[in-house]
Amino acid sequence: MAKHETPLLDQLETGPWPSFVTDMKREAESRAKNERNIEYQIPQDCCDDLLGVLELSFKHGRTHWKHGGIVGVFGYGGGVIGRYCDQPEMFPGVAHFHTMRVSQPAGKFYTTKYLEDICDLWERRGSGLTNMHGSTGDIIFLGTTTPQLEEVFWELGHNLNQDLGGSGSNLRTPADCVGAARCEWACFDTQAICHDFTVEYQDELHRPAFPYKFKFKFDGCPNCCVASIARADLAFVGTWRDDIKIDQEAVKAYVGGELPPNGGSHSGRDWGPFDIRKEVIDLCPTGCMRYEDGKLEINTPECYRCMHCINVMPRALRIGNDRGCSIFAGAKAPILDGAQMGSLIVPFIKVEEPYDEIKETVIEPIWDWWMEEGKNRERLGELMKRQGFQKLLEVTGFKPDARMVQEPRTNPYIFWKEDEVEGGFDRDINEYRKYHQR
Amino acid sequence: MDQAEATEKIVTALKKKKGKTKFYFNDLCKILGEKPRPAKKLINKMIIDEVLEYWSSGSTTLYSLKGVGKQAAAEHED
Repeated sequence: MAKHETPLLDQLETGPWPSFVTDMKREAESRAKNERNIEYQIPQDCCDDLLGVLELSFKHGRTHWKHGGIVGVFGYGGGVIGRYCDQPEMFPGVAHFHTMRVSQPAGKFYTTKYLEDICDLWERRGSGLTNMHGSTGDIIFLGTTTPQLEEVFWELGHNLNQDLGGSGSNLRTPADCVGAARCEWACFDTQAICHDFTVEYQDELHRPAFPYKFKFKFDGCPNCCVASIARADLAFVGTWRDDIKIDQEAVKAYVGGELPPNGGSHSGRDWGPFDIRKEVIDLCPTGCMRYEDGKLEINTPECYRCMHCINVMPRALRIGNDRGCSIFAGAKAPILDGAQMGSLIVPFIKVEEPYDEIKETVIEPIWDWWMEEGKNRERLGELMKRQGFQKLLEVTGFKPDARMVQEPRTNPYIFWKEDEVEGGFDRDINEYRKYHQR
Repeated sequence: MDQAEATEKIVTALKKKKGKTKFYFNDLCKILGEKPRPAKKLINKMIIDEVLEYWSSGSTTLYSLKGVGKQAAAEHED
């Protein structure tokens, strides 16, 4: 028998998708039965009270959570987010219900033992409820009391060799795609660089000194499975400089219907025979492809690596061999100024350990500029908008490049300065009038 | 600037502020008159020495003198 009536939440379970309400009810029931005789360190009925407070929020049309808090683990400014309920008498089980962020492994590879261990820990010292994973990419532990924070941190660090993730005005836990481990399109080892940066920038991850959050995300190819170009202040997107490798025999096999296009993902009905002109050549955004007399050709200088042809015919087309990444700065979700996509700052850079070139010429100059000039709660993308892309080029020392211009005349941020022009901006008006009437 | 001088400066300045107990990192940099990187080292030490404490909304972090402000009492943590 549920502790609180939840008619409004029950409706959420009637849709066609799995519901978080069902998950919460299941955990509430499991805690009530406690078949494994767990020594719960926070109220056993916290999940019931969580359902109760959520139902009340729906009823009132307002939240019953307060904003933020001073709690944390000693010396860390991130990883713990204070959450307090403003109806503690009605819902004592969630009076304190803090969130903990746990740094996910690069590529999100887990052993079942590790998953069991973190779940056991959180069942005993927290609510048992998790997000796998939060939008930033971390494992999110939802709900525990203040005295449990240090205990959880100690057990994570000492027993599970595991650190907390980033929150607040910190570097957030770097996130990457599954990369070369399972994907033939990975142009660099996303997991290696993600892990390296997580270790290298520990201080930035745990001790907040930025104006606001800062995110690194790594995508192995332009398919952008972690959407770094839309969400990361610095996005690393894999790319290559040479030609797409073409296997003409496999192209013929796709055209002849022997190989299913899109890796066979278009199923469920008869989609008709594969039409290379309609489905590939005519959809190429730069028009750099030609298919004539059974031969496919790609004009590489025109190709901007949209990945469409490779996605449709993965057996016939493969990424080039001269691989590295492009770096984009300033993407963010909409809070101020609306959502922004990343702007290209480095068209191509080799991604090789120990990544010194990336750290010293890209990341650290950008951080120094943003830390000094950024307003409180201003993301890098907003600072770039306020002070101009040219300023970003100045602080990093990168030369303006036509590839940084989104479309001609839309963002002409490359201006001459007086000291760059012979003779400066002054002119002899009499000399000018000799040739031009008023 | 040595640590003791920095701590003294921060504590004096923050105690003077009326009606406000939480401060951005940038505010502390201005009090110290240091650039962000050296300021960070001094401020971190003040956290370790429990002169300052963090407040976090989850997205933004603020600093305050330890135990000052209504947060501690409001959260039933005292």
